Amino acid sequence: MYDLIILGAGPAGMTAAVYAARQKAETLLLSKDVGGQVNWTLSIENYMGYQFIEGLELIQKFEEQVRKFPIDIKIGSEIVSCIRVHQGFEVEVAEGTKYLGRTVIICSGKRPRMLNVPGEERLRGRGVTYCEVCDGPLFQGNEVAVIGGGNSALEAVIDMTKIASHIYLASLTPLTGDHILREKVEEADNVTILTEHETVEVKGRDSVSGVRLKDLKSGHEKELAVQGIFVEIGLTPNSDFLRGTLTLSELGEVMINCACETGIPGLYAAGDVTNVPAKQIVVAAGEGAKAALQAHQFLQKCSS
Amino acid sequence: MDTAKKVLVYSTPTCPYCKRVKQFLEERGVPYQEIDVASDKAGRDEMVSKSGRMAVPVIDIDGVITVGFDEASLKKQLGE
Repeated sequence: MYDLIILGAGPAGMTAAVYAARQKAETLLLSKDVGGQVNWTLSIENYMGYQFIEGLELIQKFEEQVRKFPIDIKIGSEIVSCIRVHQGFEVEVAEGTKYLGRTVIICSGKRPRMLNVPGEERLRGRGVTYCEVCDGPLFQGNEVAVIGGGNSALEAVIDMTKIASHIYLASLTPLTGDHILREKVEEADNVTILTEHETVEVKGRDSVSGVRLKDLKSGHEKELAVQGIFVEIGLTPNSDFLRGTLTLSELGEVMINCACETGIPGLYAAGDVTNVPAKQIVVAAGEGAKAALQAHQFLQKCSS
Repeated sequence: MDTAKKVLVYSTPTCPYCKRVKQFLEERGVPYQEIDVASDKAGRDEMVSKSGRMAVPVIDIDGVITVGFDEASLKKQLGE
């Protein structure tokens, strides 16, 4: 049985791992990937110590630091459950392996939110993408749709104006992103803005051939012929595996107090998966440190 | 490890996971040919026909296709 199992290897999880290792806790760091959302962040200008650093580079520095310590690290497995057992917790991964820990820190972060409409899952990676930065250039000269109305959707549109022949921006609400981004989108001559439009279906056989939208004002549906669909409708917490163990917020976030406690003794959470107000790398790292110190205190109390 | 394998990496310049794949190969001293599908239209068509996907990175190791930075799959194809 480990002293501590950390679920997730983003800024919160990796910081927690360093703090735990320095307290000589027997620690397992379990994660699907290393870095989480930071992998998608091109440039970071607000992490102290670096005036500018690429997301990937910051993550590599975090990982290097974590790997200096004698902790177990298992990357590549999806976590499917985390339940209370006698004197601790049992964490199960998709392959069926189970791990026991006296304490657990949940740092599983967030992932891009899906539309949950017919055709989306089937055509994922076949024209439907959640990473404009990665896959955008593949749609050179194509007509595409960007779904969403916030900053990430607007940034995707601005990037794609240089790549795609035409971009439809479909948003459920009026555009909500920053004024300066909205202006750029409105000024572009190859963008059609469709606000108060709901995406109802992704069309296509082997790859995307169109998207079906519903105009919420008139109630009419229409189909646009596009080869790419960029879904930029925000993030959702990776907390599904906790249903049954914890009560989650309406948004699916893990509710914690200012000591990163979940309400279950020995179970802590940190970073973007929680209800902490600021979703920032520096905040997630700080929360990870707090959670690890709390877990350490708990372990000492139990063993004394 | 068999370094005689032919490795192709289909990538875009801005994709973080493409960088990770390239680093992964470089750390192991595996030579690879990179195809920038953002600028190479023929390469893009080749990638789509091989993988059936419009997503990067795509890695072709002796004809076996891996989509995304899947360490386990890459290690297996490289005979690690």
